[in-house]
Amino acid sequence: MAGRVAGKVAFITGAARGQGRSHAIRLAQEGADIIAVDLLEDVPGIPYAGATEADLAETVKRVEALDRRIVAAKADVRDYAGLKAALDDGVAQLGRLDIVSANAGIGSAPVKSWEIDEPTWQTMIDTNLTGVWHTAKAAIPRLIEGGNGGSIILTSSAAGLKAYENIAHYVSAKHGVVGLMRTLALELAPYSIRVNSIHPTQVDTPMIQNEPTWRLFRPDLEHPTKEDFAPASQAVNALPIPWVEPVDISNAVLFLASDEGRYVTGVTLPVDAGTVIK
Amino acid sequence: MGKLEGKVAFITGAARGQGRSHAIRLAQEGADIIAVDICQQIATVGYPMSTPDDLAETAKQVEALDRRIYAAQADVRDLAALKQAFNAGTAEVGPVDIVLANAGIAPMSVHPQPEEWQDVIDVNLTGVYNTVQTAIPSMIERGQGGAIVLTSSTAGINGIGGDTPGGIGYTAAKHGVVGLMRTYANILAKHSIRVNTVHPTGVNTPMVVNEVMQEFLQQDPTMGQAMMNALPVDLVQPVDISNAILFLVSDDGRYVTGVTLPVDAGFTNKK
Repeated sequence: MAGRVAGKVAFITGAARGQGRSHAIRLAQEGADIIAVDLLEDVPGIPYAGATEADLAETVKRVEALDRRIVAAKADVRDYAGLKAALDDGVAQLGRLDIVSANAGIGSAPVKSWEIDEPTWQTMIDTNLTGVWHTAKAAIPRLIEGGNGGSIILTSSAAGLKAYENIAHYVSAKHGVVGLMRTLALELAPYSIRVNSIHPTQVDTPMIQNEPTWRLFRPDLEHPTKEDFAPASQAVNALPIPWVEPVDISNAVLFLASDEGRYVTGVTLPVDAGTVIK
Repeated sequence: MGKLEGKVAFITGAARGQGRSHAIRLAQEGADIIAVDICQQIATVGYPMSTPDDLAETAKQVEALDRRIYAAQADVRDLAALKQAFNAGTAEVGPVDIVLANAGIAPMSVHPQPEEWQDVIDVNLTGVYNTVQTAIPSMIERGQGGAIVLTSSTAGINGIGGDTPGGIGYTAAKHGVVGLMRTYANILAKHSIRVNTVHPTGVNTPMVVNEVMQEFLQQDPTMGQAMMNALPVDLVQPVDISNAILFLVSDDGRYVTGVTLPVDAGFTNKK
């Protein structure tokens, strides 16, 4: 069976683990080759460990096990020049670009809006908003040159559509991604390049499964555990589940990236177990 | 292995157009089908509506895929008839996992009639309510979850449709469908039954591609411009809506609920 994105090349940021790795594997399963980048460092002020060289190597191994090609590099979405160099190298090696998944992002410990320190605010905006713009800015000329249209998927969040207390910087950046998506969708429609955003509820990844995030949902406990987090996380969802799996987001990415979504653009697509409408 | 092996889908308005396309696309992925359609004219609708032959053709195309189909004439405005068709269908094909409330009319023309309003509300809003009400008791009782997709429109999220009783009513009904969807999504979430809407731009079907509708759209130049998509495509195809529905009803969309999903070539974002 021909894959749903056979012969295409996808650029994925934050691809070392979590949702990004899942996207790389899912798109490779359907025939795509992958350009994968990740920061591979801890971020000061972010209360959980960043992805590692070993994580990215594992993504490479899993994609290659599917008989697809992958070009992987260390790059920081905050550094436009470095990001562009990594992408251009990947396109040179793999020959084209069709799909962009602007997935790289960071979470945060809970803090009241007016108590967020300035470096933490700036790091969040630089990564989760400006990093998405850098990704698009680097990729769009390659997509237009290719002349085959394309699909850009920006990873926002349920927090890109509604408020969450105590993570104002995250909510602001993720709302900003929607504005960027809508503008890009208009600008790129004449080139048949589609742009959409995805809005996950809590996903079972290292960005969520850490004590500071558990505390965001369980402010009543000093040291909540994953078991304490689960019912509180489920309470915000309409469907009776605590979180979704990375592959659920990947399947939405795949729908938007494939020809099945060929006339879908400018859309905010929640994969959120109903949290936005609850 | 199809994405919907062993599933049964209840589809209204299945004789032709989007409904037929959904029946075929879901059958291609392994689903069996319960198909209903009015197969009759409604007086305020200016273009020819479906016929029994159309419904028979849908059945033929589903059977050609080696899937089972129960097809019956039923009017979504008639709750008793709809229930009767549903019960006969489930008795023959099996219990329903998927519901597509697709049946709809567009009673817009350059010769507007006051009755258009009531007809379009009855079919496009009350008919959707009747469809969901018909299906959900058995889905809840069975306890296997499920997926419901209500067909709204770009006119369900934008103030378009034109200045006639039918046009205003179409937009009001399609907006109303979003309210139904959100409420049902919340009510049914605890049963793991998901409910979403799709919002097509103009689709290449007999409801849109006919002389009466084209005359209606061309009477007002602003109306023609208002129908312009962002992507360089005039009309999308029925299968594009079917593919979005397939995503929503399959396990690929297992945690997607309460969502308004435009398949509109960027129309809404461009407004």
